[in-house]
Amino acid sequence: MTELKIGHDNKPDPNHGQTTRKTVAHGVERSFAKAVSPSTPESLYKKRTQVYPKAVKGTYRSLKWFIMAILLGIYYITPWIRWDRGPSAPNQAVLIDFENARLYFFFIEIWPQEIYYITGLLILSALGLFLATALFGRVWCGYACPQTIWTDLFMAVERFFEGDRNARIKLDKSPWTSKKIAKKTGKHIAWLLISMATGGAWILYFHDAPRLLTDLFIGHAPQTAYVFLALMTFFTYALAGFMREQICTYMCPWPRIQAAMIDDQALNVTYRFDRGEPRGAHKKGETWDGRGDCIGCRQCVAVCPTGIDIRDGAQLECIGCALCIDACDDIMVKIGRPKGLIAYDTDANIERRLKGQRNQFNLIRPRTILYTIAFFGVGAVMVYSLLNRSVLDMNILRDRIPNYVTLSDGSVRNGYTIKILNKATAPRELRIDAMGLDATQMSIVGLKKINGQFILSVPADETLDYKVYLAIKDVSQLSDREIFHLKLTDIKTQENTLTETMFITGNPK
Amino acid sequence: MSNDKKIDELSGTEVTGHEWDGIEELNTPMPRWWLGIMLLTVVWSVGYVILMPGIPLLNSYTKGLLGHTDRGRVDTAITDMHEARSVYAQKLLTTDFQAVLKDPDLLDDPAVFRFALAQGKSLFGDNCETCHGARGRGFIGYPNLNDDIWLWGGSFNEIRQTITYGIRSTHDESRLSIMSAFGRDEILTREEIKSLTDHVLSLSDTTKDKSPRGATLFAQNCVSCHGENGGGSREFGAPDLTDADWLYGGSRAQIRTTIFNGRQGMMPHWNQRLSADQIVALSVYVHSLGGGE
Repeated sequence: MTELKIGHDNKPDPNHGQTTRKTVAHGVERSFAKAVSPSTPESLYKKRTQVYPKAVKGTYRSLKWFIMAILLGIYYITPWIRWDRGPSAPNQAVLIDFENARLYFFFIEIWPQEIYYITGLLILSALGLFLATALFGRVWCGYACPQTIWTDLFMAVERFFEGDRNARIKLDKSPWTSKKIAKKTGKHIAWLLISMATGGAWILYFHDAPRLLTDLFIGHAPQTAYVFLALMTFFTYALAGFMREQICTYMCPWPRIQAAMIDDQALNVTYRFDRGEPRGAHKKGETWDGRGDCIGCRQCVAVCPTGIDIRDGAQLECIGCALCIDACDDIMVKIGRPKGLIAYDTDANIERRLKGQRNQFNLIRPRTILYTIAFFGVGAVMVYSLLNRSVLDMNILRDRIPNYVTLSDGSVRNGYTIKILNKATAPRELRIDAMGLDATQMSIVGLKKINGQFILSVPADETLDYKVYLAIKDVSQLSDREIFHLKLTDIKTQENTLTETMFITGNPK
Repeated sequence: MSNDKKIDELSGTEVTGHEWDGIEELNTPMPRWWLGIMLLTVVWSVGYVILMPGIPLLNSYTKGLLGHTDRGRVDTAITDMHEARSVYAQKLLTTDFQAVLKDPDLLDDPAVFRFALAQGKSLFGDNCETCHGARGRGFIGYPNLNDDIWLWGGSFNEIRQTITYGIRSTHDESRLSIMSAFGRDEILTREEIKSLTDHVLSLSDTTKDKSPRGATLFAQNCVSCHGENGGGSREFGAPDLTDADWLYGGSRAQIRTTIFNGRQGMMPHWNQRLSADQIVALSVYVHSLGGGE
């Protein structure tokens, strides 16, 4: 791909004695960070090396704090939002009600048989992720993934108690003193509290939030709530406190899938080696001609939460958090070079620049166009079906055993089990008519006629079965099967639903 | 592992030596905690085998310290189920279904009715479908329970009585009647049976020739149960001979066989096998099949 060789200041330096000076350029200290995930492994099993990411300030760090605040805010506040649905339905805006088999999302209510809306939502999420990845690489991993958000939060707590990178390394190496015990205890208590709050918020999505919270403390909450609280607490604590980048590197399938989404046009956190190489320490006043801008300060390595060296190129471990961009920009300003030695860039652009061509950003590509079309297509289908979702439905199961019954007076009777789905939040009273069939007699098990009509009542937000019998006195003029419709009409609102079924007469075909 | 380690140039990782169409497998080391988790599952399995039933022996198996059995869990679940149902079971016994089925408004809790139907359906499947067929469709000799034709009566109380004590069963309270074997027991001659068959056929089918001799024989032998016009009698469980429905078939040969050999259809009494509330549920269900009176 290129003639340029990437330097390896990560490897033990043969001239160790000569390069121990601390400054690599005027006013820039060398960080002795080592990439803990080097590209050459040693044994069958790898002991994990603790990553000590250094604190960093900058555009992307601020953006990440901002996004974290919003996402955590959404997560913790959502269960407390109220939404009036009338007396027969819960007033929690977002509620997954397993006991009553309902899912509420603001104005949307979903029944178990409408689970395809969730499928649609998952397809939308997947397409959205594909699109974002094709455009900007692993932005999901870097900014929005819960693993990243909570790890970031836990690291901030860790910094609060134990100090920044160097202080933490020192603390971990130091013997156990009361001060160290105090710091570590404080950190773990804070972590556990956050973890419990995480698990606590999780279960609020499945029950009425205010009541569950009270029940939780007085021991009256359902057993599942405690189990999931414990599970979520444990996993938040373990995953954000200890596992961290190991989750992304070893467990998460998304990095593997993303390899197929990212092409050489996708923007990625990229070390522009065409500008950075050959790297090396720089003295104040020295010329920048004939050398790269990378002064080997390893700040990019020091801040990396996954412990890699971005200068080795695109790597599986890189979650695209862009913190190395902030770290490097900071240094570039200090040494008076332009920002963006590490930046969102594409492999294709590096090649272009090496050939002396101009940068080119192709955000509109067949792949991104297709993802966008698919995204909005699926979205439109979902919106359409949600807007046209009926709140009154009827399923008919015609009796097949026996297909028809001949009564003593010679009339023929068919039986139908009708299942009425009332998705409205008010109870209904319904009239039933057989449309397109001259039924001489209708009877419904457990009901009697009122003013010559059957009134079928269905409670709010429920399904109810009724057994309907239709009889025809003289079937001699009819065919073997008569197609007709049963129609339900709401007596008050006049809403109706029509379902096709048939009447078997027993006549030969 | 072999001594001559081969290193993949691009990634700098050792390869396993497995190769498919030029694609080589990297020997990336696993994280050590992964091994830890695997060892943990091994430890877990040891504890599990000690606590739970696990190792098959020749005639038995290790029971485990916790004393868990799947059968035990089923027993508990069934006990729980009966307990949960007992509330409604009680209501089944106290509800006057004879009146309720005539006027549904008398029922204050519609759930009781739905409970009866649901339980009746499963009881019918377990106990009755062997003879009466799926959903009571009936076979020759076994009445169809969907139509409005009843031998012994189709009201709730009559159905309940029939299920409780059976027909020609061994119970003292059983419904009882006898259709004699007119031919086999030599009550009538073959010629007489032929005439009688003609007469019975003409009762439901007016196009058939009337047989005066048959009418006389019918008056002498059959009217005591089947009624003067052959309209049947529920007192004796005697079928209506004037309708289109034939329990044992309506062809000339089938009717002749019925007269010649007699019919003694039998239904067991269920009061020992089913509880009183179950019989109520079953009666409500049979009543709801469409023919209930």
